[in-house]
Amino acid sequence: MPTLQDIALKTDGVDARLVSGHRMCAGCGIPAVVKTVLAASDKPVIVLNATGCLEVTSAVYPFTAWNTPWMHLTFENAAAVAAGVESAYKALKRRGRVEEDINILAVGGDGGTYDIGFQALSGALERRHKFMYLAYDNEGYMNTGNQRSGATPFGASTTTVPAGTASFGKAQWRKNLVEIAAAHRIPYVGQAAVHNTLDLYKKAEKGFKADGPAVLAVLQPCTTNWAYDPALTMQYSKLAVETNFWPLYEVENGVVHINVKPAKRRPVEDFLKGQSRFKHLFKTENQHLIAEMQQMIDDEWTRLVKLEETGVQL
Amino acid sequence: MSSKKSWHELEVGVVLPPATSVGYKTGGWRVFRPVWDASQCIHCMICVNYCPDMAIPIEKSEQGAVGKGGRVYKGAVRKETNFDYCKGCGICATECPSKCLTMIREEEAEQASCKL
Repeated sequence: MPTLQDIALKTDGVDARLVSGHRMCAGCGIPAVVKTVLAASDKPVIVLNATGCLEVTSAVYPFTAWNTPWMHLTFENAAAVAAGVESAYKALKRRGRVEEDINILAVGGDGGTYDIGFQALSGALERRHKFMYLAYDNEGYMNTGNQRSGATPFGASTTTVPAGTASFGKAQWRKNLVEIAAAHRIPYVGQAAVHNTLDLYKKAEKGFKADGPAVLAVLQPCTTNWAYDPALTMQYSKLAVETNFWPLYEVENGVVHINVKPAKRRPVEDFLKGQSRFKHLFKTENQHLIAEMQQMIDDEWTRLVKLEETGVQL
Repeated sequence: MSSKKSWHELEVGVVLPPATSVGYKTGGWRVFRPVWDASQCIHCMICVNYCPDMAIPIEKSEQGAVGKGGRVYKGAVRKETNFDYCKGCGICATECPSKCLTMIREEEAEQASCKL
């Protein structure tokens, strides 16, 4: 059973796999996600990084914050290159050119995962390459200034679906990456959030140990484009879980298991409050949208609980 | 291209030595500075794991460090924040369960350190 102490000792210092001096925003949750996931690997890790916040801030020439083999890729092909690296590794191992066991981690933001890199991801999962795909989800194209993505939630105002007199922001509900990934019948899919370090670590461990591809979707509030005080990143992550907006669950060999069940579900307003992308929802004429959102969250949660209770294999 | 190259003749792309960003100090971004009260610290490692800049050094200590309630905390213990990298986001102060961190404006800290 890992403790926060064990994880901290693995992520701290210049010999950790991700080091200080990167240029992510003050209060960004991505480093906490990535360092925890990297710490969960007991073998050397090769990181394949799709374009996104993490990539542009962690490797600004001539500096790199990576202390593990890392490759910068375009938006769409992180999973495809991970598949290639895994195949090359297998070929080299077969010929006796490498002996060491390694882990392969592809990392992308929600833009690079839910939208642009989706085809490559689906292909790599279908071919059952042994790698883990980590999607850090800040619910939009945040690196380029908050454009709508497939992960942007209902009602959010972005620069491409701005709220105003003619629109209330994004009119569609978000994609469910976990269930889409689980539909590939892969051994492990997990949904985690940045504030729950132990849960994230355990899921990453399971993902690395899985006998085949694994996918991990991690919520990571964006202080810059959700526009809240940078000190509150972990608080918003917590609220997302406590409101059931982002349930923490996993699908292991098709079986759903919910890791955290909030004793008392908090109203979704608690999560929406203080974020500039949702502030228009609090106007009187938009109150029904919050109710609609609450209904959707509750329906999704009921469905998830039913999936767990019945033990139906996804 | 005049002649086709095989894959092993292609030039290698940009390759950087690892972890060079430690030479790039991001502490200058800071507006607020976390002030750590070691006597109230319980060395729970929550701030260390949350810190986006890996700016809280820790060490494995056999003899431990004295923290809240005069207790000796053993195992991994935190030290003073590394202000070379701390961007002053304040996550540590918000999440600290024993409230041993407070945020003050950077200029106040600067002025205090310059007093004769």
